[in-house]
Amino acid sequence: MTGTVRVTDVTKEYGQVKAVRGASFELGQGELVALIGHNGAGKTTLMKLMLGLIRPTGGSIEVLGDNPAAGEFSGRRRLGYLPENVSFDAALTGRETQAFYARLKREPIAKALELLDTVGLGVAAGRRVGTYSKGMRQRLGLAQALIGHPKVLLLDEPTTGLDPELRQTFYEIIARLAAQGATVLLSSHSLTELEERAGRVIIMNRGVKVADGSIERLRNIAQLPTRIRLKVAGLSPAELPPWLPSGATCRRLNGHIVEIDAAPDRKIELLHCATAAGNSVEDVDVVQPTLDELYVHFLGQAEVTS
Amino acid sequence: MNVPIIAAKEIHQAIRNRWVLAATLLLAGLALSLTFLGSAPTGSVGVRALDVVIVSLSSLTIFLVPLIALLISHDAIVGDMERGTMLLLLSYPVARWQVLIGKFLGHLAVLGFATCFGYGVAVGALAATGSRIDLDSLLAFAAMIGSSVLLGAVFVAIGYLVSALVRDRGTAAGVSIGLWLLLVLIYDMALLGLLALDQGRHISAVALNAMLLLNPTDVYRLFNLTGFANVSTFAGMAGLAQSSSLSVQALLSALTLWTLVPLGLAAIAFARREL
Repeated sequence: MTGTVRVTDVTKEYGQVKAVRGASFELGQGELVALIGHNGAGKTTLMKLMLGLIRPTGGSIEVLGDNPAAGEFSGRRRLGYLPENVSFDAALTGRETQAFYARLKREPIAKALELLDTVGLGVAAGRRVGTYSKGMRQRLGLAQALIGHPKVLLLDEPTTGLDPELRQTFYEIIARLAAQGATVLLSSHSLTELEERAGRVIIMNRGVKVADGSIERLRNIAQLPTRIRLKVAGLSPAELPPWLPSGATCRRLNGHIVEIDAAPDRKIELLHCATAAGNSVEDVDVVQPTLDELYVHFLGQAEVTS
Repeated sequence: MNVPIIAAKEIHQAIRNRWVLAATLLLAGLALSLTFLGSAPTGSVGVRALDVVIVSLSSLTIFLVPLIALLISHDAIVGDMERGTMLLLLSYPVARWQVLIGKFLGHLAVLGFATCFGYGVAVGALAATGSRIDLDSLLAFAAMIGSSVLLGAVFVAIGYLVSALVRDRGTAAGVSIGLWLLLVLIYDMALLGLLALDQGRHISAVALNAMLLLNPTDVYRLFNLTGFANVSTFAGMAGLAQSSSLSVQALLSALTLWTLVPLGLAAIAFARREL
């Protein structure tokens, strides 16, 4: 794995406000990384630092071999960026805008214009950007970020304003790019969407990196209970199954479903009990801790330690 | 390569936004009305109709061209930052100075087109109505157009400097208007008042020249009203032309410096800016 983005002990202060504090990580080729955190956690700041739009107060950054803080930008031909609230010059049409950006990247214009169809902007491409809706601007934003098969894609809240169908297409596109070796860093609020897609998650809280790893690894670290949901026949609403080992936390959900919180090491044991002969369990559902829960867990932990 | 791409986009946008059309129509309308109304005092048999036009037109240029230039340029950096388009542009493989120079060339082309075409109409109209136009007058007129574009370049550069320094568009507009008032109106009045008070006791010719060079609009005025002998007699500046020891080259270099220095400072300020 070769690193495309290297962030080393980076701090960025705006006067008294510390937007990023001592963040370090390295992103490799073909990685799809989710950057999550509250508003103001430093996600956008990190991306701007990688682009050289702002300079770090401390630490160093390397993107595709460039030091963006020193104004180096040759690697940016292979970099796509979608800002959080993307905006374009209202007077030009979508097609003209896309052609302009393709020229700046020295990429064939015809190919860049094909991307407009990929993001479903086809008919509207001939209209002025000023007449576009938020969703259409977002599509154009995606199209420009994809110009020239980027090796690094920085996407700040890329799916806001996209309809579900296009979200699907969008994730397919970036998954394909990642499979071809691109590094994709995307920040988002819709964690459920990222859960199945991101190979790695970086959680930021108030400028500090509080967690970094694959979802499985974060689950292991967090030791959050897996929830086992059982559909049990013949139990009265207040009653709990008699075979439950003592000490297991459980609760009743709507009528006949029993939900048990199972610590990762007791999961199998509990499942054994539940499916043992003679129990009236009709159905079993195992719910892994979601990214949402992991996120809340790590944030809570960060609050305690800070 | 990036510079012409950005310049071309600025021109494209200015055409779309009707900036080119508006500026050209304004200057053409002004030039035409001055050509025909302005010749009333000298009569239509006036020997050098074009020279009269140069005098009145260059006096109006001093007000109008800086205003148009500042209108286009004050928004160029801070406005694009506020709209968010600068964020995306700078994520592309372009240097900030390339963005600035590209915009400058684009805006200058717009201004140059409007001036050449707008003022050119006046010459065309004079020729069409049968006025005699000799080569001297034509040269003086061409010099007037050229220096008007240069004056525009000065104020585009000043507008960029303002735009690169201030925090929001409103401030940029306010500071630009302030600078316009200062350089176009207040400076000359203050200078005149100072000279009247001084009665020629302390302020030497050298000091006066220096004070004139410190204001680009005065440089422009000197260049057009004293640069050509025929024109200066009409302008009533013949006296000043003789006492002023500033050569045409000196005046032109002053205007060029007035462009390059603010532009350079704007580039430095822009390079340091975080967004």
